[in-house]
Amino acid sequence: MTDFLQLVLSGLATGSIYALAALGFTLLWQASGTINFAQGEFVMLPAFTMLGLMAVGLPLWASFLVTCAVAVLVLGWGFKRGIADPLLKFGLMPIVVATIGLAIAMRNGIRAGFTAEAHPFPSLFADKLFNIAGVTITLIDLGTLAMSLVLVLGTQAFLAKTVTGRAMQAVAQNTDSATVLGINVPRMVFYTFAINALLACAAALLITPTYLAKFDMGEPLGTKAFFAAIIGGFNNSRGALLGGLIVGVAENLASAYISPAYKDAVALVVFMAVILFKPQGLLGKKEERKV
Amino acid sequence: MSGPLLKVSGLKKSYGAITAVNGVSFEVMPGEIFGVIGPNGSGKTTMFNSVLGQIRPDAGTVELNGRDITGLSPLQLNQRGVGRTFQTLQVFGKMSVRDNLLVAAQEHQGSMASRMFAPRDSGLGAKADALIAQFRIAHVADKKAGELSYGQQKLVDIAMAFMSEPDLVLLDEPCAGVNPSLVGGISTLLKELNQTRGLGQQRGSFIVIEHNMDFVMDLCHRILVMVEGQVMAIGTPAEIRANKQVLDAYLGN
Amino acid sequence: MKKSLILGVLGLAALIALPPFLKSYGLYLLSYWLIFVIANMGLNLTIGYAGQKSLGHAAFFGIGAYTVAIVMKAGLSFWLGLPLAVFGCFVVGLGLGFPALRVQTIYLAFATLGFNTAVWLVMRNEEWLTGGTFGINNIARPSLFGLSLDGNLRYYYFILGMTIVLGALLWKLLNSPWGKAFTALRDNPIRAESLGVHIQAYTLLSFAIGAAYAGAAGALFASLVQFIEPAPFTVGASIMMYLMVVVGGSGYFFGPLLGSAVGVLLPEWLRFAQGWYLFVFGAAVVVLMLWLPDGLLSIPDRLKAKRLAREASAARAASAASIGASS
Repeated sequence: MTDFLQLVLSGLATGSIYALAALGFTLLWQASGTINFAQGEFVMLPAFTMLGLMAVGLPLWASFLVTCAVAVLVLGWGFKRGIADPLLKFGLMPIVVATIGLAIAMRNGIRAGFTAEAHPFPSLFADKLFNIAGVTITLIDLGTLAMSLVLVLGTQAFLAKTVTGRAMQAVAQNTDSATVLGINVPRMVFYTFAINALLACAAALLITPTYLAKFDMGEPLGTKAFFAAIIGGFNNSRGALLGGLIVGVAENLASAYISPAYKDAVALVVFMAVILFKPQGLLGKKEERKV
Repeated sequence: MSGPLLKVSGLKKSYGAITAVNGVSFEVMPGEIFGVIGPNGSGKTTMFNSVLGQIRPDAGTVELNGRDITGLSPLQLNQRGVGRTFQTLQVFGKMSVRDNLLVAAQEHQGSMASRMFAPRDSGLGAKADALIAQFRIAHVADKKAGELSYGQQKLVDIAMAFMSEPDLVLLDEPCAGVNPSLVGGISTLLKELNQTRGLGQQRGSFIVIEHNMDFVMDLCHRILVMVEGQVMAIGTPAEIRANKQVLDAYLGN
Repeated sequence: MKKSLILGVLGLAALIALPPFLKSYGLYLLSYWLIFVIANMGLNLTIGYAGQKSLGHAAFFGIGAYTVAIVMKAGLSFWLGLPLAVFGCFVVGLGLGFPALRVQTIYLAFATLGFNTAVWLVMRNEEWLTGGTFGINNIARPSLFGLSLDGNLRYYYFILGMTIVLGALLWKLLNSPWGKAFTALRDNPIRAESLGVHIQAYTLLSFAIGAAYAGAAGALFASLVQFIEPAPFTVGASIMMYLMVVVGGSGYFFGPLLGSAVGVLLPEWLRFAQGWYLFVFGAAVVVLMLWLPDGLLSIPDRLKAKRLAREASAARAASAASIGASS
């Protein structure tokens, strides 16, 4: 039983990081109809940026802040103006393929330009263990879970409770009406891209210590973020957290109780079941087909 | 043929607390041009979407030539000889005008399997050309439908509904957004199509939803006035024009 | 029209006459390219002509390859494996079409992605059937009417012949009324349905036929590389196929020809950039999409649109001038 709880807890921790990536992904889709197939690489790049800054002597916290600023500029504003804005009017296909190309470029740019090796990354949390009611939990897992929850719930609170946040929601639900109401739609969309970049930086900070920094770390992360976003509900940002946690826990339990080979299978089964029976996701709203 | 072509009885449709269609009944006779008018929000389009299978009605029946067609899908209704246009323009922008017309009737020729081996125009080329000529759009017939002006696209849209020679055609606001000079042309076309309808003896029957009063009064044999989900009056244009209730509620003369 | 016909004949002549002068690797690349052309013709039907979403095409490619590999390992003929692969993929493709009836756009894309992952997991884990990560090796090349196709050149001509036959069949299908039905399904399914187009049937068939083409390609692939393992059939491979179709021009008949060349041959040509060649490839794809969102084959249409726009504004200027002159 304690094993089970341990697995669930560390699954929750990993899953909460998937939730960060999934949340940004979902927000981008809702606010602008952008599907970002480079979402995993959007986490990989900040990881390497932080490594690079630390290599020239900056402490972790400073590297993180500088990376956040760079990410907002490049992965937020740059991505929006350079790729999303020009292509969105042509439907989904061009932006999907462009982000696929972007992912390939980012992966291989880091590989060729930086290193093909896996690099260690310092953790925010010390290597401590806690023992609560017989269950062993690492400080890393607890800290990760806590931080991710704060970020995800914080983002959701921002969207629901602040004026800017509600304006962003209005843009996501009905861009034309939002424009008529005087909301600066392009700026709201930019904020969404910026939030995505920041969440990706946070994900990098939290996941890289455990999984190491490597040029291809983004691939599995991106796929799991997609799964998590769909399972939770692609048109509801609250779903990202639920989806992420489900994927994280399912993975861990499957790996231990079924087999490591079929680790991905449980999340996949949940994903397929959701797609077939509730395609709008566990927390999503049904989307009507417009005449 | 005796009896009504279309018989709608007690049609009801609600969306939560809002009752869009509240017990609507009427008949359309063969060969008739039947107009439907009413203020915005009176439930006209909801009513027709219920009749034409886009939405399931909550209650009521719809009969075509005496056979129950309530709740059938748009596909099934098309196969039974019902055609329609939509409120918003719905042509296939990337296909040529001619192809738009061909695809509007090709699924009635043979089976899916036989159509794999059929020629490109399924033998409908002559009919498409005839409609193109009748609608005076021969000069743009080979252009992509999306490249035409709004008025021309509207004509293509209407022509598509007639390609499969349906017994009954519903036209949902055929004049919306159209140049006033074209409105007269559409009226003439519809009158022509009503009089001569291909091979059959039966003249084409249409239901026309419109806001353009002059158009409706001039074109239609009978008119239904719908207000707040219910039928307020049915009669000839003259009767409707003289109906005090209608004047007060809608025409406001 | 005349220009493209001449181009096509010249291209075909080159594909027939030049290969004997190519080295083994060059032949292999050309064969590889043609196999992807076949697979992507199928994907182009599903996503380009019928407007569906499919990010799982490599799964069918893999099912086709494994079918031939398993059949031949059991001692049976390639000529049994090939039709089995095609038919099997057709049936599975029909099955995949059913989610397409229930979900749309991005949800459908993810459903196909999930399907691909599931198939790949089976390929990787079910050793008794597929050899697991060890795969199936020593797949022989077939013989056609007693003539062995073992040599690389002969097998290349065989693949070329299959590509032409399958391409011609697809051309015929798209020029029949089915072609317009698919396009109607893609551009306006609600109107299409109200005109009598059986959108459910055409949706299922677009997946099934697309899958069958991938299955045929996979069968040919098995005997080309003679060793089949799960790696070429991942979601990543499906995503690359999707990229190839879109880059070539989705919904254009010859799009897969160009797109597969970009996906298969371009990375090879970029090898001069050494470690950076994939980075350049990725960047090239981004730039290509920004410049030509509708794919390479949309260039003629864009030029035509520009010409029409120029003519229209010239006409307006002329009539404005004449009004000005007469007033």
